[in-house]
Amino acid sequence: MIPAAFDYLAPTSVADALAALAEAGDDAKVLAGGQSLLPILRMRLSAPEKVIDLGRIEELRGIREDGDHIVVGATTTYTDALASDLLREHAAVLQDAIKEVADPQIRRRGTLGGALVHADPAGDVGAPALALDTEFVITGSAGERTVAAADFFQDLFETAVGEGELLTAIRIPKHTGWGAHYEKFVRVSHQWSIVAVAATIRVEGGSIAEARIGLTNMGSTPLRATAVESALVGVAATDEAVREACAAAAEGTNPPSDLNGSADYRRALAPILTRRAVLAAAGA
Amino acid sequence: MTAVDDRPEAQSAEIGKARRRKEDQRLITGRTKWTDNIHLTGMLHLAMVRSPLAHATITNIATDGARSASGVMAVFVGADIADIQGLNITAWPVTADQKSPDHLPMVLEHVAHAGEIVAVVVARTAAEARDAAELVDVDYDELPAVLDLKEAATDAVLAHPSLGTNKSAFWQLDSKEGGTGEDVDEAIAKAREDGIVIEREYRQQRLIPAFMEPRSTVVDPTGEQVTMWSSTQVPHILRFCIAATTGLPESKIRVIAPDVGGGFGGKLQTTPEEFVTLAVARKLGRPCKYTETRSETMVSGHHGRDQWQKLTLSAEKDGTVTGLKVELLADLGAYAAIVGGGVPVLGAWMYNSIYKFPAYRFNTTNLYTNKTWVDAYRGAGRPEATFAIERIMDELAAEVGVDPLTIREQNWITHEEFPFTSVAGMTYDSGNYEAATAKAKELFGYDELRAEQQERRDSNDPVQLGIGVSTFTEMCGLAPSRVLGSLNYGAGGWESASIRMLATGTVEVITGTSPHGQGHETAWSQIVADRLGVPFENVEVLHGDTQIAPKGMDTYGSRSLVVGGEALVLAADKVIEKARPIAAHLLEANIDDLEFASGSFSVKGTDKGIKLTDIALATFAGHNLPDGVEPTLDADATFDPVNFSFPHGTHLCAMEVDTETGATKMRKYVCVDDIGVIINPLIVEGQVHGGLVQGIAQALWEGAEYDEQGTLVSGSFVDYTLPTAADTISFITDHTTSPATSNSLGTKGVGEAGTIASTPAVVNAIVDALRPLGINDITMPCTPERVWTAIQSAGSNQSEPTPTEVQPHFEEGSGNQDDPGTATQGAGQ
Repeated sequence: MIPAAFDYLAPTSVADALAALAEAGDDAKVLAGGQSLLPILRMRLSAPEKVIDLGRIEELRGIREDGDHIVVGATTTYTDALASDLLREHAAVLQDAIKEVADPQIRRRGTLGGALVHADPAGDVGAPALALDTEFVITGSAGERTVAAADFFQDLFETAVGEGELLTAIRIPKHTGWGAHYEKFVRVSHQWSIVAVAATIRVEGGSIAEARIGLTNMGSTPLRATAVESALVGVAATDEAVREACAAAAEGTNPPSDLNGSADYRRALAPILTRRAVLAAAGA
Repeated sequence: MTAVDDRPEAQSAEIGKARRRKEDQRLITGRTKWTDNIHLTGMLHLAMVRSPLAHATITNIATDGARSASGVMAVFVGADIADIQGLNITAWPVTADQKSPDHLPMVLEHVAHAGEIVAVVVARTAAEARDAAELVDVDYDELPAVLDLKEAATDAVLAHPSLGTNKSAFWQLDSKEGGTGEDVDEAIAKAREDGIVIEREYRQQRLIPAFMEPRSTVVDPTGEQVTMWSSTQVPHILRFCIAATTGLPESKIRVIAPDVGGGFGGKLQTTPEEFVTLAVARKLGRPCKYTETRSETMVSGHHGRDQWQKLTLSAEKDGTVTGLKVELLADLGAYAAIVGGGVPVLGAWMYNSIYKFPAYRFNTTNLYTNKTWVDAYRGAGRPEATFAIERIMDELAAEVGVDPLTIREQNWITHEEFPFTSVAGMTYDSGNYEAATAKAKELFGYDELRAEQQERRDSNDPVQLGIGVSTFTEMCGLAPSRVLGSLNYGAGGWESASIRMLATGTVEVITGTSPHGQGHETAWSQIVADRLGVPFENVEVLHGDTQIAPKGMDTYGSRSLVVGGEALVLAADKVIEKARPIAAHLLEANIDDLEFASGSFSVKGTDKGIKLTDIALATFAGHNLPDGVEPTLDADATFDPVNFSFPHGTHLCAMEVDTETGATKMRKYVCVDDIGVIINPLIVEGQVHGGLVQGIAQALWEGAEYDEQGTLVSGSFVDYTLPTAADTISFITDHTTSPATSNSLGTKGVGEAGTIASTPAVVNAIVDALRPLGINDITMPCTPERVWTAIQSAGSNQSEPTPTEVQPHFEEGSGNQDDPGTATQGAGQ
């Protein structure tokens, strides 16, 4: 498990990182926590000439409040995100999902930004980020731009982050007081999701006022189950009513087939897991 | 079996004590000598170039690029080392005419599975070797690969075209022929008239041993002896195989297994990597190291299981069994490994298990495919057998309409019937299935869980509950050498031990077993401390170096304590007997008046006495010994068992099955094992827990999967889903004790019990939960999708199962209906 040789750069500011990235061009890989990049390097599935480590850039780390948003720096680790009161209060479904990521060792090193830019559809943070209408702050030589969640995930392992750009932060609109649940379906606990559902729900007077549903590993990107969201509005938070509203959760999805399950099986799981996630999020 | 139970009554201070393991400090912290930690002056590093193809002929290997890369000292292909590389031999040709293709450590032209070594790069650093290995350019002519076991049986595509067939051997044990029982065909024919016949086919999926420490080898060719350090379970067997196949005289070879991080059978092999490292070191005259990556372990280290099992069970209408016929297809992979074709054969004596079948036949057809070789993996043949018999006994219970425990009790050997000679010809020395089962039922809350199961069925709960039973036995303590000889096995089954009484009062114990995480140093110290009456702390256990422990048969098959422990007892007794005349001389007493207890000789009826350690000092000085007495107390002993040992137990498992998703969840697991006398309960607990998880993992999680090209797609731990502690529950374990009569300690072995027993308990529980839907099997691993698919296809068919569904007959002309045919038959027993 020895990677091919590469030059290692560890800039201490975003500006320096961008400069290094510009200079290296195609031959560089950006290292955040290493959750995905290190195995890829060690198995020699990729052999970049340069690895640019963002780990020493202080400004990329941390969680803060900014008006109606919570801003999470791109290299904030899962462990730090789990410890955040701000996220617990205003974006609980993201924390619920992070609890299910891999194992404690990986959660200690892996970062939110790294996972989002890697954009593995089986990863656990994409679906909740999508469900929460997260905005993605992307920085390049021309400055900062903000991309909506719906435009961020473009295809398998592809995001709106362009050549020479870095994801520097995500801005999560506050979902204060919303119920939340991440329903992850796996065979062994440290595995990538076979299918998972992120649900965050606002309940008013025993029925669902608003619902946001993200699906993990039901297509080449994390997906938003908008039809289910609409169907849930005004529905009583009961098993029977929610079951009916969630029945269409797999519609329009294109899940993969692999050792852990066929596409058909994943399509069968999606409505069941969505119902369970919604009911749990609604506190039913 | 008439061995006498002569265990000393009084000396039990250490035996039975739950000591924490003395080796754990260094093993757990890693502050010890693992092979990869060894650094020698001038040492070079190897990287293997492996075939990505399952079946191919090499047409050209271009090594120029690699040779000129930074730090590279040499690149070798098969032809370069052909004269010295030796051979990876099989020790057990199960029949006289078994076909065994030569297994060259580095291939010359013919590649028979993906992962075979085609070239080796030698460099100053491991990184340089790895970089340069990518520059070796190999051209292949791809050949059609045979990957499916049933297809292999047709010989349509050949794994080794030069053999002309995929069949390695056909081996049979027949109770009528062997004189140990009746004619199974008659029993089945009769049952078809007026009894019950159950026919089932089960799949034992391919598993990959996942020891914690990847394999590693260091060879130092400088000096009079060539020294090899290797992460192996079998340093002695390895030395023998090197001498037998490379031309190096045995006296010029020293093999050391330093601390070894697990094996589970996966390291009882002599590996291509060991032989290639040896050849390269000899070629270059410099120390060399090779340490594999986990990905290499998974394609190159041997795999386990991989069988199709057809069973036909006949019984009377009331469920009394009358016959059992077993027909296996066993995948050996591309080559016959060291135990190789013997692994399925080891199951031959175990399918009848604890039940009184009057008639029995076991057939195995061993086949080659273009997949990684297959060999012993924790249990080796016995988990496969136990799975099949325990699954089909549940089917019998369902057919008769009684509880699975009732059908077992009706058919098992009662405790009054021991010693009992089984229909396969084995003599079970001791056991008490009733006691273990009663205890397990109580710990489990069997009746309460059955009541809950009924409630869930009645209320149509989406989460159903199933209860799985496994009342297993196994044969441990490999093995009586004469039995091995009768089976054409290439070695004996004895074990050796030495005790050195040091002048200053401490004791060195040398064992021929080769621990790799089991805790032998602790358990052996406890045995010797008791036997010689010396403090536990004063006993040092040495092992795993052919220069220190020159004789041994190493560690596998739950043999170390049962065979090696007895050798230790014999050596200790020799020490005492050697000390006796010296004690008499020093005490000026008649030798017949001496008693030995708690580490001292005393003169009966007096307060005169002398400690054994004082005699050791007096012997060291040699100033005052009786005439003609050798000035040493040190003793060697070699023990060859007269019988196997037969641990048994009752395992009960409750599984919840989510009928919506197919997910399964373990609710409760209880096992009561009878492993004879327990030396260290804490070590036993660890062995049982680890074994259970490994067996449960076969039922639920693990499986080696290949694609149509013969590439191992579950080739990393991302896809080969090993469980962790997070996936398991707290197990309830307990014991009954029926001492073995084949060794004086009364031990039976515990290394494999959990693995052997747990797999069918889990699958039986899942099937039990779903049986009202008409489901009677789920293929392993019982993934959620497989469970879900079974539920979906059961669909509307939720009425009472019809007799034809419960009793599907194998199609006419298929193996189980046939006579064994004309293939060569094995020796039986």
